[in-house]
Amino acid sequence: MYVAAPLLLSAFMFSCGVYGVLARRHGVMLLMAVELLITSANLNLIVFSQLLKNSLGNIIALFIIAVTAAEVGIGIAIVMLLYRQRSTVAVDELHLMKW
Amino acid sequence: MALPTIAFWILAAFTAVSTLFTVLTRNVVHSALGLAASLIGAAALFILFGAQFVGLAQILIYVGAVVILFMFGIMLTGTAVRPVVDNDQRPAAALVALAVFLVLAAGIVSSFGTKKVRFQVAFPTVQLGHQLFTTWVLPFEAVSILLLAALVGAIVLARRD
Amino acid sequence: MDWLDVVIILVKVVVCFLLLNLLLAVVVWAERKVIADMQSRIGPNRAGPYGLLQSIADGLKLFTKEDIFPLSADRIVYPIAPIISAVPAFLAFTVVPFGNMLSIGHRHITLQIADINVGLLFFLAMGSIAVYGVALAGWSSGSKYPLIGAVRSSAQMISYEIAMGLSVIPVVLYAGTLSTRGIVLAQQHMWFIGAQIPSFLIYLIAGVAECNRAPFDLPEAETELVAGFHTEYSGIKFMLFFMAEYMHIVTISAIAVTLFFGGWMGPHPNFLVPLWGVLWFLGKTAAFVFLFYWVRASFPRLRYDQLMNVGWKFLIPIGMAWIPISAAVHIFDIRRVVLVGAGVIVGIIVLSLVLPTKKPEVLTEEEAKTTA
Repeated sequence: MYVAAPLLLSAFMFSCGVYGVLARRHGVMLLMAVELLITSANLNLIVFSQLLKNSLGNIIALFIIAVTAAEVGIGIAIVMLLYRQRSTVAVDELHLMKW
Repeated sequence: MALPTIAFWILAAFTAVSTLFTVLTRNVVHSALGLAASLIGAAALFILFGAQFVGLAQILIYVGAVVILFMFGIMLTGTAVRPVVDNDQRPAAALVALAVFLVLAAGIVSSFGTKKVRFQVAFPTVQLGHQLFTTWVLPFEAVSILLLAALVGAIVLARRD
Repeated sequence: MDWLDVVIILVKVVVCFLLLNLLLAVVVWAERKVIADMQSRIGPNRAGPYGLLQSIADGLKLFTKEDIFPLSADRIVYPIAPIISAVPAFLAFTVVPFGNMLSIGHRHITLQIADINVGLLFFLAMGSIAVYGVALAGWSSGSKYPLIGAVRSSAQMISYEIAMGLSVIPVVLYAGTLSTRGIVLAQQHMWFIGAQIPSFLIYLIAGVAECNRAPFDLPEAETELVAGFHTEYSGIKFMLFFMAEYMHIVTISAIAVTLFFGGWMGPHPNFLVPLWGVLWFLGKTAAFVFLFYWVRASFPRLRYDQLMNVGWKFLIPIGMAWIPISAAVHIFDIRRVVLVGAGVIVGIIVLSLVLPTKKPEVLTEEEAKTTA
């Protein structure tokens, strides 16, 4: 099994995530695209962990999962706040720093 | 072909298709479902590459909590109105994504084109736990504090008063 | 791994799946009979002796019923939601060890579909995927009550998942492994229920809530939400939801037996040893399933805020407090007696706070003002 195959899959996921971050304006969907970026990084870590026979990649992946959970909690809270105050979830309508 | 290799290609195809579906669909809930499928596929790949604990933690946390949180966000912000989900820079975004993929792919192929990886080595959970609570105990505590801060922050942001 | 191993795995999967389906029919029939008996009714008694064939008759009826597809339902998600609900329910059973070893010739077959070394985590992960079936069913039906039921139920399930996760940690600490088979083997000298009463109670309460069973069956509170998330479903799709619910009951009972009651272990005569293990396992699981019926017949449904309070303000803090206590006892090797004593005390506190009390509702200040 060539190691390039999972790495290319990870690169593909990452590009999809980049596309999502750039093209989405729905707040929740933006966060979903960020999720894809992070998972592709995790996939890389796991594959390299296996390639180098070193469990460090696994541990860092665990940390990343925990940090992402925190990020999403805050992200969703912000989107909810946005929806409540402006009745929209479109992030590009947030062009003013202060209302 | 060996059994794990076949499994890899099936899972890779599944993950790739659901990832693409996630970013292309116009329906918010479909997108969340696609994301869940993509994350499950990735978790299965983790398990295939010997990271059983991380794979199941990924399903438990990402699929079981994070994406459900997304669904909550979607349901509570209303889906009936069918909001416009994409902005008008989709072609440019597609170009950028393609460029990113090509650069990454060129790098990967030129650096790892001939290296091979085996599926067999599974990292024992005991070893992971041991390392996590000896060598990595400080980052672990830092992440705990971060999670607590995020919890408090999310409540402060979302509470209604 | 040669081809014979693959065949053995396939045979195990197929046999387990068929037997589980049969078992589900019995579980449903038994529930109707037991509840009927508790309510001084007769229960099903038309199809077959003692109504034994009632479940099969119901299944046939649901197969032939019209499959309604509401106009406002989502085209893709609506049909797959019942499948997403049923599949993890069955998958979770793969890690349940229902017996020890079966030795044929020189080949040892573990009586468990897959003994993966993170089995318990797999069980929890499948429980968390089960939320999708409910949430997607409610959303995709395109009508009000299912959506409310789905939001309620996802909130309930993810809340109680945390409590359930916390309750299994002390057991994992004691067994030193996440493998379900390893956990059973670690109970050779003493079942974990002896030292882990609070964990067990938390697991049980969280388990009932995870199954969306009475008294935690708010997602399908029929007096307020018609039938909750599966209001719009009929025919075979409804049957999948129904099977998923009962499969959850069986799995949660089986895991409770595995974690706290020594799994397949029990005194047995010295012939047909593997069979006795399976019988012990089935007997213990049946006792738990009976407990589920009993709880349903005994307790009134909780109000939604009460449900959330029990989960967040109660089971989770107690679960968290219990982890360091049992860890300390495990490490410092204090006599088991201390742990059992502490366990009984904490258990009594848990029960006394969870069980409904006759205490009249105390009005908050604002309510008192408005009534005055």
